[in-house]
Amino acid sequence: MRLLITRLQCLVVIGLLLGTACGDGANAEEVSNSNQKQLTIYAAASLTEAFQQLGQQFETEQPDVEVVISFAGSQQIAQQLSQGAPGDLFASANEKQMFNVINSGRVLQGSDQEFVHNKLVLILPADNPGRINGFGDLTRSGLDLILADQSVPVGAYAQEMLQRAAQDPRFGTDFKSIVLRNVVSYEENVRAVLTKIILGEADVGIVYASDAAGVPGTDLQVIPIPDEINIIASYFIAPIADSPNDQLAQDFISLVLSPQGQEILSEYGFAELSQHE
Amino acid sequence: MNNRTTRQSPPPPTPQIRINGIWGALSMPMLIFLSLPILALFLRISPANLVENLRQPEVLQAIGLSLGTTMISTLIIILAGTPLAYAHARGQFRFSRLMDTLIDLPLVLPPAVAGVALLMTFGRRGILGGVLADLGFHIAFTTTAVIIVQVFVAAPFYIKSASLGFSGIDQELEMSAALDGANTPQIFRFLTIPLSWSALLGGSVMSWARALGEFGATIIFAGNFPGRTQTMPLAIYIGFEMDLDIALTLSVILILLSFLALFVAKYMLNRDWMSS
Repeated sequence: MRLLITRLQCLVVIGLLLGTACGDGANAEEVSNSNQKQLTIYAAASLTEAFQQLGQQFETEQPDVEVVISFAGSQQIAQQLSQGAPGDLFASANEKQMFNVINSGRVLQGSDQEFVHNKLVLILPADNPGRINGFGDLTRSGLDLILADQSVPVGAYAQEMLQRAAQDPRFGTDFKSIVLRNVVSYEENVRAVLTKIILGEADVGIVYASDAAGVPGTDLQVIPIPDEINIIASYFIAPIADSPNDQLAQDFISLVLSPQGQEILSEYGFAELSQHE
Repeated sequence: MNNRTTRQSPPPPTPQIRINGIWGALSMPMLIFLSLPILALFLRISPANLVENLRQPEVLQAIGLSLGTTMISTLIIILAGTPLAYAHARGQFRFSRLMDTLIDLPLVLPPAVAGVALLMTFGRRGILGGVLADLGFHIAFTTTAVIIVQVFVAAPFYIKSASLGFSGIDQELEMSAALDGANTPQIFRFLTIPLSWSALLGGSVMSWARALGEFGATIIFAGNFPGRTQTMPLAIYIGFEMDLDIALTLSVILILLSFLALFVAKYMLNRDWMSS
């Protein structure tokens, strides 16, 4: 009996606690509604680290705003937005998905703009076992090269880039076929390419600059690929047409395009717009 | 009810009837659950499509590579695993329980762990990889790596089965053969192997089937390169994202091969039991 009473008491106490907690929650919400505004951003997964920092920067500039960012594949976001997901801003890793959202009517035609570039780079183990000094060294026989499989976007881009190199007289028409002879594996995702290069299992891999930027410099060397043959991905940003926070969305876009915003993006391996214009 | 009364006139087995009835009905859900996904695969692809996909070079390459590597790895498992299985069955080691656990370990390891472990061993920067590289052997990303993975993950099936088979043989038989003047190889060849034949065959087939289905450790340690390291399971995984038809074709073939192997092995084992 005593035990039962104790249990009942416990339930009552828990109930009271829950009640108070709920009351507090409701209060907090009221406060945030009156004072704090929320900016909801949908951004491509590859932007995760860079946009988290941009969000913090924005919050320090406008302390009454809370930035909420949802990261996912651009295609997935485009789907969600087309289905009516509420939000203020969309940052896409390519033009195609931005175009899909414009077609759905959630983004006004002409309100989208390029804000950053991403490009392919060569990555090498820190001690450079293949002694690679430049892009042209990819053809050297005996080199172990790892690419992502063609089913992975970056793998398809790498093939396209090699094709462009083959059309460039500096590298020669058989450039692609000679380089592909050095491929030891077509990995099923881009992280596997990174890991195997960090482990030193192969001499060189091809990934996006932003993929390589997350790895400490002591683990990896990065060699640029000439811009003329590189596949440069353009990232697009646009306010959502029916956003209730249009001014905030515009402010965030201004931050992203500002020298400060561009510097944050370049810290995470993205190429600033000015570099290609 | 009718059945039961008519069958009660010959002497024994009423239990048999019950198993067919209630237990049969109760076992249906699991049986259907196990076979429905396989049926679904076969329904999804037409025979004409299947035959046409079979002509694709990457499909043929994957099948050829899978058959070739699994044959070699099964052979290695039998050659190197039989002595271990015999020692395991006969030996009274101080550490036999530890040995038993070590043999079991690859069975329960996630394939990804096996892949990383093999990379740390035979990879370029692995504990043996450096020495092997100096000798001119490059293992990671080669067909050899595929075989190494298969031996690692599949050997326990053969070793355990063979060991059980060996320990089922009466040791006095071997001793009396020795008294009659037979030497150790003769005893093993003419007594031990024939008497444990079904266990050896069953274990080999299980090992082969496990090697055939190996995926996770292979893609980590051996990588993915058509014709070199892209076995059927890898081609199915990549195909799932690129070309579903290829994935379906290879899946159907993999299932047919595994089913056939298991079925033949069970048939031969059965016959073995009956004759003995």
